[in-house]
Amino acid sequence: MTGRQQFLYFLTLHRTGLAVTLMAAALLVFPLVENNPYTLGLTNLIAINAIVVLGLNLFIGYTGQISLGHAAFFGLGAYGSAVATVTFGLPPWPAMFLVAALVAVVALAVGIPVLRLSGHYLAMATLGLNYVVHTVLLQWDEVTGGPSGFAGIPSLSVPGAAVDDPVSLHYLLWGFAMACLLLCLNLVRSGVGRGMSALAGDETAAACLGVDTRATKVKVFVLSAVLASLAGSLYAHSSQYVSPDTFGIFASTDFVIMVVVGGMGSIWGSVFGAAFLTLMPEWVEFFNEHKDFVHGGILVLVLMFLPQGLITGLTDMIRVRLALRRRDHAAA
Amino acid sequence: MLRLEDVGKNFGGLPALQDVSFAVPVGRLTALIGPNGAGKSTLINCITGVNPPTSGSVLFQGSDIAGLPAHKVTRLGIHRTFQNLRLFPRLSVLDNVLTGLTCEGGDSMFMAMLRLPYLRHRERQLRLRALEAMDAFGLADKAAWPAGVLAYGDKKRVELARAIVGRPKLLLLDEPVAGLNAEETAAVGEQLRNLRRAGHTILLVEHDMDLVMNIADLVVVLDSGKCIATGTAGDVRRNPLVLEAYLGRMEATA
Repeated sequence: MTGRQQFLYFLTLHRTGLAVTLMAAALLVFPLVENNPYTLGLTNLIAINAIVVLGLNLFIGYTGQISLGHAAFFGLGAYGSAVATVTFGLPPWPAMFLVAALVAVVALAVGIPVLRLSGHYLAMATLGLNYVVHTVLLQWDEVTGGPSGFAGIPSLSVPGAAVDDPVSLHYLLWGFAMACLLLCLNLVRSGVGRGMSALAGDETAAACLGVDTRATKVKVFVLSAVLASLAGSLYAHSSQYVSPDTFGIFASTDFVIMVVVGGMGSIWGSVFGAAFLTLMPEWVEFFNEHKDFVHGGILVLVLMFLPQGLITGLTDMIRVRLALRRRDHAAA
Repeated sequence: MLRLEDVGKNFGGLPALQDVSFAVPVGRLTALIGPNGAGKSTLINCITGVNPPTSGSVLFQGSDIAGLPAHKVTRLGIHRTFQNLRLFPRLSVLDNVLTGLTCEGGDSMFMAMLRLPYLRHRERQLRLRALEAMDAFGLADKAAWPAGVLAYGDKKRVELARAIVGRPKLLLLDEPVAGLNAEETAAVGEQLRNLRRAGHTILLVEHDMDLVMNIADLVVVLDSGKCIATGTAGDVRRNPLVLEAYLGRMEATA
């Protein structure tokens, strides 16, 4: 092999590791370049959304299921952390993981019966879950503070410093997001991940290849709920205030739209989808005022023309074109 | 290896299989033939747990597997192909074949997320085995293509490679040459003969009589959900019940 070929081979062999390293490096220097607190606030929100969307994309894109209720787990995480730290006075870090464990139990209890459903029925059931959680957050004012929200949540701290300014939050939140990204990338590149993508493609075939379809669906559902809960806790501690409106069904559909824009079964696409939908209202005033219309429009357009989602659909198109060209080339 | 005892399957009140009993001996290629609608695919689905049988027992290495879910049957070492292709068109050919190694890729989602060195090592080994299997079916140069763009014959071969890559104890092939031309059929036949020579135990469901008569050690004939004959290719060919099933009743008019 020539040096150039060796170099290209090295690049393809370690493409995932290199991409993650590059992104981490870019994120490390980002606050040095951009120190506008408003912009950092936005990018921090991207990190939080990305964590939810990563989990949801595993569930939707890799196991081929649908959930219109992930804002419920996001909300349970946020309110769980709020109640545990303020009402019960627990320290934030243990509270976050305790709440995530409790949300995992809730997701397990919901997932085992609900994941026997599929398609529209599963969508309705998860939507119902979101309604129930939203209503509880809204109505149970002694615990949650009701419609006026829950204020006074302490910020997170690492030994020696409080994490409350946008720059330190940037490092904390993106640190979490990158860790989740790495874990998800590892998962989908393993035997378990291939089983999951088999499940998304064809349930019968997956079962005949040795994938325990029911258990896998429940496991991925619980995993995605845990990620959503962690993101919720991070959200509560970084904004120090939560209100029920953040966790309604429109938040759930927004997460699904982020998955769709990013592309089903694309881990990198999840980060792109979260970034795109978080930033879009900031670019154009119209998008901010008519957010729901625009989001609905995007969803319809993407699903009509690229049912696999934007990023996945485009990369699939390119791969198919390339393969077809090589096939014709080989035939000629 | 595999023994079916009085296997029956009803869809609603409609019997698709009645009292089917036969055995698949180790290291042999057993062919299951029969006219359309005889229940061949239903029988394969009963064995693999896709559609559990309503009565009777399926003994695999001495234990009853009737009614086990499909993934457990697969984990016991029974792999299959499908009559109508069930590939994953968006995955690459290599990934499609790698899904055939799901049983050996580990179950723990947690360990998979950590991707410790032992797991990377195992992934490399699985990849090598998948490439080897693809090589055996002449697919090595198409490893990176999405499976959806392959020609029909290549897709059939990918399914075969996916089924054998996990080194199953018993291989169930549901019409591996359906829709292929004579040349491709001969190639697949040669590959089946190689598998048989390598010691695989195979149950082959097939319509192509030439292929069956050429390569099968043992032939089982199903008609209307009943097993009407078993024996070597030569025996079955002369069996009056089989001729009747295929050609209609012979009238003794001459």
